[in-house]
Amino acid sequence: MANQVGAVLTPGPGLRRRRRTDRLMRASATAAAMLAVAILAIMVGSVAVHGASQLSISFLTENPAGGSLVGLAGGGIANAIIGSALLVAVATAMALPMGVLIAIYLTELSTPRTARPVRLALDLLNGLPTIVTGIFVFGLLVASHGQSGIAASFALAVVILPVITRTTQEMLLLVPRDLRDAAHALGISRWRTITSVVLPGALGGILTGVVLALARAAGETAPLLLTSSIFSSHTTLNVFGAAIPNIPIDIFSYSESPFPVEHAKAWGAALVLIVLILVGNLTARALLARQRRRLGVL
Amino acid sequence: MALSPVGAEAPSRTTSVPFAIDARQSMSPEPAEAVFDLRDVSIYYGDALAVRGVTMTIPKNVITAIIGPSGCGKSTIVRTLNRMNDSVPGFRVSGLVGYHGQSLYAGGVDPVEVRRRIGMVFQRPNPFPKSIYDNIAWAPRILGLKHDLDERVEKALRDAALWDEVKDRLRSSALRLSGGQQQRLCIARAIAIEPEVLLLDEPASALDPVATMSIEDLMQDLKRTYTIVIVTHNMQQAARVAERTAFFSLDVSEGHRAGILVEYADTATLFTRPADPRTRDYVTGRFG
Repeated sequence: MANQVGAVLTPGPGLRRRRRTDRLMRASATAAAMLAVAILAIMVGSVAVHGASQLSISFLTENPAGGSLVGLAGGGIANAIIGSALLVAVATAMALPMGVLIAIYLTELSTPRTARPVRLALDLLNGLPTIVTGIFVFGLLVASHGQSGIAASFALAVVILPVITRTTQEMLLLVPRDLRDAAHALGISRWRTITSVVLPGALGGILTGVVLALARAAGETAPLLLTSSIFSSHTTLNVFGAAIPNIPIDIFSYSESPFPVEHAKAWGAALVLIVLILVGNLTARALLARQRRRLGVL
Repeated sequence: MALSPVGAEAPSRTTSVPFAIDARQSMSPEPAEAVFDLRDVSIYYGDALAVRGVTMTIPKNVITAIIGPSGCGKSTIVRTLNRMNDSVPGFRVSGLVGYHGQSLYAGGVDPVEVRRRIGMVFQRPNPFPKSIYDNIAWAPRILGLKHDLDERVEKALRDAALWDEVKDRLRSSALRLSGGQQQRLCIARAIAIEPEVLLLDEPASALDPVATMSIEDLMQDLKRTYTIVIVTHNMQQAARVAERTAFFSLDVSEGHRAGILVEYADTATLFTRPADPRTRDYVTGRFG
């Protein structure tokens, strides 16, 4: 009896092989997952190591020394930080109302048949190489009027439109159907229900989308190469005028320079950019968690 | 296209010519004035027939209960009475849904205005994430009933038998109320805009027995002012509160499953001397 049980419980050669395969697959999957974390850590780490020496108050508050890429030490990227903020703000101002309206259409007004092409278009737009967006805006605005802040912002708006739409849409779907029914049953019109019940309920989520979009737009480089590619020591605030200096183009310009002192500045600018984007993404996650909790309580 | 329900190709289309005289005739044994008059009403979701051929009259200032097993179209029929189903994709209705001699699904009828006159309370209490006061005041404010808003809120809460429990905390969140209180708040919210009819879609099914009893008591007070239609899966509840009861069931003849109205009578008659064997089986607990 005991012998029999032992024979059943001791693995035969087939089972041993399967167990080895099982262990191997599990180890590979775990390793791949850890690699993802490692890649982020190594990238952020190396940018931090190279860029930290550049970071100083003057790097953040002063404009570039000299005015062109001639290998001067000192100076900072203040005008690029301001320029990036400006471009991203204008882009968001353009994309936000439209994104929210599209999301309202998709969740509240469309039928499955009319929603499908819109959703597909947004997915394709989201997957479009941003250099293509840049070329499109180049042909549309830059070829005739020259580079300008507004051209760059427009290109960035096209890039972030799907981001804003998608997050807003997800948040609108989280607002319970019960609340819409309650408003409808009180003789409140559909649009009024959307503006007074659905949108306020989703506000936190829409803010999350905005923050994600800001982070995405801040780091976009390809469209800016074609629409606002300038290195200068001046602060430009007129979006409708000439090209506006910005962080991604500064990083690009410094890294192309022959002077080692400017390579260091490229690392410094990259560190500033990466910190801004990480902070933005983490803020968005925190906002999102808060929103889900709030709606969960409902 | 005079009568224009959601689906344009609904069969057995009737015209929107007033049929009040006709309706009175069929009502002759009933002393009360008819509020709803349904004529051969069938309801579809896409190609699927949900409810078939319902003809019934719902009298004024009376509580009418709709009972039946799950899936028999109780909620569907009651949500058709205030056009809450309009937003459901593929919903369409054929036959005539009359409200005071006027077709609810006629071309010129505004569903928003219909719902303003025919209020509804749902199965799950669904207060807005606002204060108790704002839950009630919100709709009147939007609908332009701003005069004496405080009074209106108080009256609605009194009528819903909730005033004494909440008068000291009108500004606190409605979500902190108990389930039964939330449901009475929803009733208060519905009557604050002075509808004529209250449709209650299983209003007590998510509540405990004590809260259920308070809702049932409340209905007896409310029927003096409002015409009430209550959907319930609870036969005892129908027997306790309603003067008239309609028994719906699932019919599988003709190869399709569709809800049908089996029997509609005074509640006492329906429960003690049902005319239809299917009703008898249901009320004696032999099925459902």
